Amino acid sequence: MEVAVFAVFALLALGSALVVVLHRNPIYSTMSLVVTLISIAVLFVLLGAPFLAALQVLVYTGAILVLFLFVLMLLNVGAGGRGPDRLGQKIGAVGASAAFGVVMLTLLWGRFHGFELSPLTEEIVALKPLAKQLMTTYLLPFEMVGLLLLAAVIAATALAKKPEVRLPREKT
Amino acid sequence: MSIPVSVPIQWYFLLAGALFVIGALGALSRRNGITIFLSIELMLNSVNLLIVAYARVVGERTGDLLTALNGQILVLFVLAVAAAEAAVGLALFIAIFRGRRTIDVNRLNLMRW
Amino acid sequence: MFDLLATGAKMAVWMTVLLSVTPVMVWVERRGAALIQDRLGPNRVGPLGLFQSLADAVKLLFKEDIATLESDKFLYTLAPMLAVVPALTTFVVIPFGPDIEVAGRPVSLLVSEAETGALLLLALASLGVYSLVMAGYSANNKYSLMGAVRASAQMISYELALALSVVAALVPVGSLRLDHVVSYQQGTWWGFLPHWNLFPQFIGFLVFLIASFAETNRLPFDLPEAESELVAGYHTEYSSMKFSLFFMGEYMSMATLSILASTLFLGGWHLPGLDYSGWWVTAATTGLLVLMAKAALFLLLFVWVRWTFPRFRFDQLLRLGWKVLLPLAIANLVLVAALTVSGVL
Repeated sequence: MEVAVFAVFALLALGSALVVVLHRNPIYSTMSLVVTLISIAVLFVLLGAPFLAALQVLVYTGAILVLFLFVLMLLNVGAGGRGPDRLGQKIGAVGASAAFGVVMLTLLWGRFHGFELSPLTEEIVALKPLAKQLMTTYLLPFEMVGLLLLAAVIAATALAKKPEVRLPREKT
Repeated sequence: MSIPVSVPIQWYFLLAGALFVIGALGALSRRNGITIFLSIELMLNSVNLLIVAYARVVGERTGDLLTALNGQILVLFVLAVAAAEAAVGLALFIAIFRGRRTIDVNRLNLMRW
Repeated sequence: MFDLLATGAKMAVWMTVLLSVTPVMVWVERRGAALIQDRLGPNRVGPLGLFQSLADAVKLLFKEDIATLESDKFLYTLAPMLAVVPALTTFVVIPFGPDIEVAGRPVSLLVSEAETGALLLLALASLGVYSLVMAGYSANNKYSLMGAVRASAQMISYELALALSVVAALVPVGSLRLDHVVSYQQGTWWGFLPHWNLFPQFIGFLVFLIASFAETNRLPFDLPEAESELVAGYHTEYSSMKFSLFFMGEYMSMATLSILASTLFLGGWHLPGLDYSGWWVTAATTGLLVLMAKAALFLLLFVWVRWTFPRFRFDQLLRLGWKVLLPLAIANLVLVAALTVSGVL
């Protein structure tokens, strides 16, 4: 059962991730990323982090990606860009990410080989310890993230604000 | 090969690695600024998955439940930072688009020498 | 096997309730509008026009299903399907009755006992905006696109106030599970005032109510489909069953939010003075009826407000969301947290 759920959502995540990267229309890319993120949220549940899964859906898909869509529709950029594709860039990108993949594979494959997780218990998925940890050990980073978000709000407002256009007065 | 009862932890690692590589491919090869941004979000998420999986394994090996929680809290912070980053990044794109009518990163070469 | 059957039965109850909400509410809405505007409303099909919705459903089913030539067919078809998904999934964490005992086994009348309860509900509800955005974008029509842009901005703005007022209602309970919220609200203050969140958190309740009008795109916040400026907004190009799915989605989200409001602020399925200890069938039915009666109050309010208030302007809407409701929700949260820590609640 668990394996089946994992398989379905892992494949879904991979497939939709490919669509994100390969589709020409950024709106489709965004919608596809929604699918990827929800699949990853399901995997979070399998890993015993239901709180993170709910937050992932709430924050990422419910807010961040809607913001992306909002901006895409506001700018109405549409499909495809003008100008020729740069073949060199494509080849370089494939080469670099493949090399990176090989490095990661060698680093990750050997770790914890054959290790099987024990089934989830109430103790693992409990929320109270998480909250306690967040509000004691990690209180300072927590407050700092709040500050960071405030700074981001101010910065975004300042950046996106229309510059006041002063038209030169016409001579009459 | 027999089907295991629980998911081997490598599968999570491999999935996270594959997603990261896909994201890197997108971030390097695409020209539309927003698609690049989306690819970066994808990379962030693959790392999140890796962190949660890793924290769970290490926590179970050492028998310390807090380790898994610490991993989850780290991901929580990544989420918050990603939200801040998206807000500022998208505002930047709006500002750029207003001036240059494009968000093709190859055409944004004012700072290039 | 027993658990599977029990879960299936609970879901069947919710499905029946949610799917029958639309026809009933359409009738209530049209009759209510007629009452407020001093006219008759539908009164030809069946007694009091009760079967009007059935006739409408048949009409919609047999209408031609039109898709414009320039539309993006994939998203255009997907959008109406997604419109009903949030409404048909969020009910899993809402309890509709007391814990009962069937054939010697305990059954709690809520589909999923997830620890993350209310948070899961908010997460699923937040996906509703995608259907609107998809519909507006895929139709390839400027009015639809405007509607979609408005919908995305409006829904993320009001989601904050909504979520914060929900969080405030959870603070004194100390749990995210909605069945715990209901059991916290049992009993009375001074013997006559029900121990409901409504009284200490009246500000939060108001914020929740106003934000839920915006989340369901109902007047006075129906800017994504404002007919006097955008034809019909995001669903301009939809007809037949695709259109009616949006219609159903709107009414079902209204119902879910009404049920959530009753659960969070009015004690859910519990009413002080009622006896829930009898035979399990009567206990469950009483719980469901009490919850529905409370939700019906909110649904009537939705109708009443729709035919009473004029529509906001978009800048007024965003100003209200960010500069009034959000600070109010935060103030309410701080107040509730202080009261909880000091032991008053």
